[in-house]
Order: sequence, then structure tokens, then C-alpha cells
Amino acid sequence: MVRRLSGLQRDVLRLYRDCLRAARAKPEESRPRFRALARREFERGIAAAGRADVGAIEHLLRIGRRRLDQYRQPSVRDVTGP
Amino acid sequence: MRQLARRGFAASAAPHMAAEKPANPKTFKIYRWNPDKPAEKPRMQEYTLDLSRTGPMVLDALIKIKNEVDTTLTFRRSCREGICGSCAMNIDGKNTLACITHIPKDEGGKSITIYPLPHMFVVKDLVPDMTYFYKQYASIKPWLQRKDEGDASKEILQSPEERKKLDGLYECILCACCSTACPSYWWNQDVYLGPSILLQAYRWMADSRDQSLPERLEQMENAFSVYRCHTIMNCTRTCPKHLNPGLAIAQIKLLLAKN
Repeated sequence: MVRRLSGLQRDVLRLYRDCLRAARAKPEESRPRFRALARREFERGIAAAGRADVGAIEHLLRIGRRRLDQYRQPSVRDVTGP
Repeated sequence: MRQLARRGFAASAAPHMAAEKPANPKTFKIYRWNPDKPAEKPRMQEYTLDLSRTGPMVLDALIKIKNEVDTTLTFRRSCREGICGSCAMNIDGKNTLACITHIPKDEGGKSITIYPLPHMFVVKDLVPDMTYFYKQYASIKPWLQRKDEGDASKEILQSPEERKKLDGLYECILCACCSTACPSYWWNQDVYLGPSILLQAYRWMADSRDQSLPERLEQMENAFSVYRCHTIMNCTRTCPKHLNPGLAIAQIKLLLAKN
């Protein structure tokens, strides 16, 4: 049976999925770096906020969405590695 | 010449005088929250300054704290004369601009409390997230819209009476003090435009040179954009520029009723 996710958990997963999908619109050679960036940022968020820290997670979500909008712009073609 | 000499004397005497003034301590309680540690709860931090060595405005005190006491304190500021709207914050329960608010005098030992604008997401300390506010502003198309192209090299003339209609509207600096003081805006930020955006919307409706009044009104023709205003009038009471967003909203409602 699939685990039932809370609304917040679904929001987080949706943002991660949007990040990976947005990477697909980028030039082929820079896609892995965009995906790595998304993963890195999510891992950083997981380390920074506890599981039950709803306020903190919501804040990170807002920041994440805003950054995604920035990275999504076609003028952004590549990002540097870690 | 004599005046110059006098001023020279005053300037040279000033540091000496300041040293003689008695210490006048004042406590500032300031909202602190650091986004780098999102799990930590927001807290109030107290700073005590000597008012005899601080400028007269709240912004002077904030800058002094940031310069000399705690460099991590974060706030927006720019013009320090009430024309940019950057330093809008909640000072002693009232949304206003820190740069044109005097530090309250002779209330022995009473502290002053500073919060970011209420009901906005906080970016850090006293800095609110204005993204959505600016998106709403863009949604009213705040520019002159002409139907006939006309001669672009010629300016569009306006009579003094027509120009007068813009007084009390064009002065708005979009500091968001009024919007964030409005309970309707607190509970319906996603659908209700809020007083400051509506004042701007009316500024373009009232402009005799603008030719898209029907479209502008049509955009407002729903239960939320304007009609979430229940004439609470917190906007007019709090406006640091002494404008009347409540009146502008009433004018929009009037235009809508006439159509």
C-alpha cells in the first residue's frame, strides 16, 4: 500500500518534481548540473529543518518556488557545480 | 558674513555640547528572525541606545544599531526622507516609515517595539517579502494606455482641472503600509488587491490622458478585487503620506456602480 502523504509533503515533492522538469528545458549539457543543484538545495533544506517544523518547511518552500521561477527564465542557461 | 561666522561657531561647538548632554537611554525591541536557521523561532531582541547621541528618527536609531551594536540586524532603507517607501515597518503598533517617524520623547523608560509589516512573509528580520504585492501592482497595468496612436512626438495635454484630479493619488509611494494594515487584505491577500494597489488603479482611472477606463473597470468587476473593501479605513489612518486610499476605493466603487 502506498503511504499517504500530508499536504505539505506533497507540496515539497511537487516542488522537487517541478525543479527536475524545469531542468529539461535547459540545454542538454547543463541539465545534470541543474538537477544536481535542485538535489543539493533540497538536501540542505532537509538538514536545516526538522520533520515537524511546519513553519520552517513552508518558508523553505516559498524560497524554493521563488528561486525556481528565477532559474526557469530562458536566459539562465547553466549553473556552476558545488 | 556674520551669519557664516555664527554657523562656524555652532559647528565647532556641537561635539562639545553633545558630550555635555545627559545620557538619555531608550530601549528598542526589534523582531529578529534568521532565514539561515529556519528551525529557530522568531524572537524579540532588545537594544538600548543613548538618544542624546542618536538622530531624531527611528531609522537613525536602526542605522546606529546596525553600525555600532549588531551588524546582523537587517532592514530595508534608501532615501531616509519618506519618498522611497523602503523602510515601511510596524513601529509601536502602527505601520509607518521609519525614516519619517520621530523616536517618541520623554516617556521615561518606555521602550519602542518594531516589527516587520504585519501579515507579510518575512525574508529576514524587518524585511518582508513583497513579491506578491508587486505582482498585484503589475496586474492593474500601471501605465498610460492610449487607444489612438496619435503623434508620438507630441505630448498629451491636460487641463489644470484634470491635473488636479491626480492630487492625492500620484504621491503614493507604494510602501504597502496601508495594505498591510487592512484586515480584509490580511485574510484575502490572494484575491483582494488591497488599498494601495486600488489607489494606484484609481490614479490611472482618474487620468484624463488614459483611454482604457472600460477595461480597467471590467477587471474590477468581481466580488473580490474591490468589493473585499469593507471601509474599515485602517488604510487612511495609517498612511505615512497622509493620503486617503479609502476615498479612492470609494471612487472606484462609484465608477463601477455608474457603469
